[in-house]
Amino acid sequence: MAPKQKKKLSRRKKSPKPILAASEDMEPVNMESMGHPEIYPLVLTTKTQEIFNCRIDEDITDEQPYKLINKEDIFEDLRNRAAVSDFHPVKKIVQEYPGNELLLVYDKDFKYGLNFYLIGTEEGKENYLNPPEVSEEQEEYKEYIPEDVYIYKPPVSKPWVSLGSEKEIEEESVTESTKQITYMISRKRSEFGAPIKFSDQNASSVKDAYIECTAYPDKNFTLKQLEKDVGMQVIPQIKDISTQTKWTYPKNATTQYYPREFSEEEKETLKQSKPLVDFLNNASISVEIALQQNEITNTFIDDWKHLAEEEGTFGDKTDTHLKEYQSFTDLHSPTEKMITCVSWHPTIYGLIAVSVAVRLSFEDRVHFSGKLLLQPSLILFWSFSDPIHPQLMLESPDDIFCFKFCPSDPNIIAGGCINGQIVMWDITAHADRIENVKAGGSRSKKATLKPMFLLEPESNKEAMYIRHCAVSSIENGHKKVITDIHWLSDTFEINRMGSVFENRSGICCQLVTCSADCTICFWDIRPQKPLTPQTTEKKKEESIEIPFDVPSTFLHLDLSWKPLTKVRLSKGETSLDHCPTKISLKEDHLLCKTQDKVLAQSKTAKAEEMNPYHNLESRMPNLLKPIDDFCTKFFVGTEEGEVIYTDWKMEKDPETGRLMPKKPVSLHTIHDGIVHTIQRSPFYDDIILTVGGWNVAIWKESVMTGPLLQSCCAPKRYTSGHWSLTRPGVFYIGREDGYIDIWDLLEKTHEPAQSQNICITMITCIKPWIFSPKQQFIAIADYYGTLHILEIPWTLSRPSTNEMTSINHYFEREVKHLEYVEQRKKIREQEKKEMEQEMAKKKVKIYQKSKEQMEAELKMDYESYLELEKTVLINLGLIRVTEKGSYSDVM
Amino acid sequence: MNEWTKTDREPDPLPSSLPGPTAPGLGEPQAEVEETLKRIQSHKGVIGTMVVNAEGIPIRTTLDNSTTVQYAGLLHHLTMKAKSTVRDIDPQNDLTFLRIRSKKHEIMVAPDKEYLLIVIQNPCE
Repeated sequence: MAPKQKKKLSRRKKSPKPILAASEDMEPVNMESMGHPEIYPLVLTTKTQEIFNCRIDEDITDEQPYKLINKEDIFEDLRNRAAVSDFHPVKKIVQEYPGNELLLVYDKDFKYGLNFYLIGTEEGKENYLNPPEVSEEQEEYKEYIPEDVYIYKPPVSKPWVSLGSEKEIEEESVTESTKQITYMISRKRSEFGAPIKFSDQNASSVKDAYIECTAYPDKNFTLKQLEKDVGMQVIPQIKDISTQTKWTYPKNATTQYYPREFSEEEKETLKQSKPLVDFLNNASISVEIALQQNEITNTFIDDWKHLAEEEGTFGDKTDTHLKEYQSFTDLHSPTEKMITCVSWHPTIYGLIAVSVAVRLSFEDRVHFSGKLLLQPSLILFWSFSDPIHPQLMLESPDDIFCFKFCPSDPNIIAGGCINGQIVMWDITAHADRIENVKAGGSRSKKATLKPMFLLEPESNKEAMYIRHCAVSSIENGHKKVITDIHWLSDTFEINRMGSVFENRSGICCQLVTCSADCTICFWDIRPQKPLTPQTTEKKKEESIEIPFDVPSTFLHLDLSWKPLTKVRLSKGETSLDHCPTKISLKEDHLLCKTQDKVLAQSKTAKAEEMNPYHNLESRMPNLLKPIDDFCTKFFVGTEEGEVIYTDWKMEKDPETGRLMPKKPVSLHTIHDGIVHTIQRSPFYDDIILTVGGWNVAIWKESVMTGPLLQSCCAPKRYTSGHWSLTRPGVFYIGREDGYIDIWDLLEKTHEPAQSQNICITMITCIKPWIFSPKQQFIAIADYYGTLHILEIPWTLSRPSTNEMTSINHYFEREVKHLEYVEQRKKIREQEKKEMEQEMAKKKVKIYQKSKEQMEAELKMDYESYLELEKTVLINLGLIRVTEKGSYSDVM
Repeated sequence: MNEWTKTDREPDPLPSSLPGPTAPGLGEPQAEVEETLKRIQSHKGVIGTMVVNAEGIPIRTTLDNSTTVQYAGLLHHLTMKAKSTVRDIDPQNDLTFLRIRSKKHEIMVAPDKEYLLIVIQNPCE
């Protein structure tokens, strides 16, 4: 503002200010607002103008628009006209005016609003009078701006004119408004540097130690929350608690105690004490009541539950037929073969061994004997996974008619030949091949879709011929075909006498065979202690080179194997002996049941890596303990259809001193043909099934009067039979027309419950086998060499709830029936005797009659005899009828 | 089905009557004890009989020692428990007979102040 004012000040135009006519009280208005505080605009009337000689256009012209007026003149005017005077408003200014002459300027343009204005200050007067040239010059310069020549004018220092800015500066400057207070603090010099001890002090404890400005709730600033959003969740009360226990290391602590007992004397004294006697008398009453209650009836029995049959059948209940599963035929053999014996592998699933023989009669065999020698006789191992190629083929010197797996080691097989030799095989070396049969077969099938014959060269499933490792001695063994072979159980062994000893070796090491030469032989597979060393030397010279791939398990037996004992079934005085076809020992049924036992045994044998059969030690007859109470009796079925129950134990004949077999305990001729099956039931030790000829018989071992059940003649001959392994009352019979009859003793006992056709020819062997509780198979071999595997349906494999007890009852009933029959027989005999006696008595009485009566009677008898003679002769036509009368009499 | 007709002795008495065999006098208490026990043992299905004292020590038994000791110890505890249970429910009541029926057997215990008579029977025919 200040420089602006200065500028305006410098460029000010005319200076004299007109004075307004105003009252004396009013402050004269100056042109401060326009930046000229010394200019006071005035209105001068014409009168005033005349007085002061400043008439417009006369005294005051454009050239001289101002007039200097004396102060006294103005005062005089003012006295004359007082308030009317034009100079009234500026009266004060005039009074205060230092000089004598005031400048009055004519405002032609009414720049300041009125026609005249008065300049109130001396300086202003001076400025107006003097610098108008400058301003005019400046105006001239302003008009002549576009001049190129610029004349530099150095700045002229002017005295500073205060325009009021000091006030602002003063306001904004910071000065100390308050007086500073000075404090002087002094301290003793000795206290400087002394150790400082700080201490805590609660501020509130010392009075006035602090000044606080406590907060207080000001109601102006409290907000009341009227709405609140709250979320809630219900949880169960949870408590976390932890405790710590002292961990001491665990220690084993044992306690041993024995019960307190009374000594014998104490017991005796107690027994005699009165309180005990009284107690017993009292207690026994209630006890006996309770016992009798139980005897009367079983109160806790649930009749409803016992009424129902077992639920949860697997499969169709109505399906009672055997379902065809698979069949195996040897397609590679040139001649027609028949299957003579079938045996399931005891441990491996799906493996079945079959012995095949040439289907020729004896004459044909002799005739073609040359050709037959060239063909190997085989036992074929079939597996479920491969129906075309047998897994293994065991070679034997001649046709095998029966064979068995060794129960303690399924890799040992013993078979009986048609020529009377026993053949032993050891397939331990090939065991893994047949064990992995199923897995390998299925894998190869899945991998490629080629037909089976294309896989032959790639797969290593070529059936190998495995040679037998031992055959029995030809001279000392059987002379005719071996019809049956069994392994003796590993719980006992027998010696030459037939006495039974315990078996320490834990394996089956003895065999029993029966053959058509009417002998039953017991064999031991362990090496015999050489009695004379010379014989062994002789053997060494004669030893034949054995092919390298044959295991040497039974090398000691090869060709020198002699039976341990021979039991001849003689018929007594006659030279004809019984020709045994099948035998049944007591422990045979264990073979079916204890499959697990065999598994366990074979596993343990493998774990030991030392097959006991490879390290057979010779017998030690003197060290073994004899088993007493061992039943050495067994059943034999013969070719003539007899069932013999005999003993194998030899006894010393008192006359000759030789060992003689005992006479058979009982002999029954029941069957009309060869007895080809004698089998003990897998459920009962003493129930035997015999099948032969046209009928079936069931025997109980202790009942020697006759069979419990004997079926009537069947329409077709029965050729094979087997008990069912799971149902005690079911057995299967094969017929010669290829039908299988399934008998169920609970259903019908006079005829088979079911009959099913299997093949077109004679069934030679039936063998059922259990693989799992839900899967049971039956292998049926026929005369044409085909082996059929069928699946046994649920109804035939699953026994009903009380089947065992029902069958038991049935057999007991039958036994009772037999006993009754026996008794009746006896009674009948007795009756007969009595009748005869009576007859005899009668006759005696008759003889006591008089002689004459006797003679008369004799005569009458004689006459009646003559007549009879005549009648007969006439009927024969040897006498002609001569008289009619006699003819009529005759008629 | 009344098996007790087969045994050659008189039919057993009903509870109201006096004990069957007449006491032969105190001169032969041992024989009487033997006779009673033999009679109980001869019932159908009875597997074993034993007399045990109040502490569980067997006095007389027909089974082998280890079995007897086991039965005696266990049943003694059980009888005490059963007795205390009955008395707790009603202090004027007392346990007279305890029969435990299991799948295979029935165990009968006749308690007394000083002795226990234990009989094991197989009730199924």
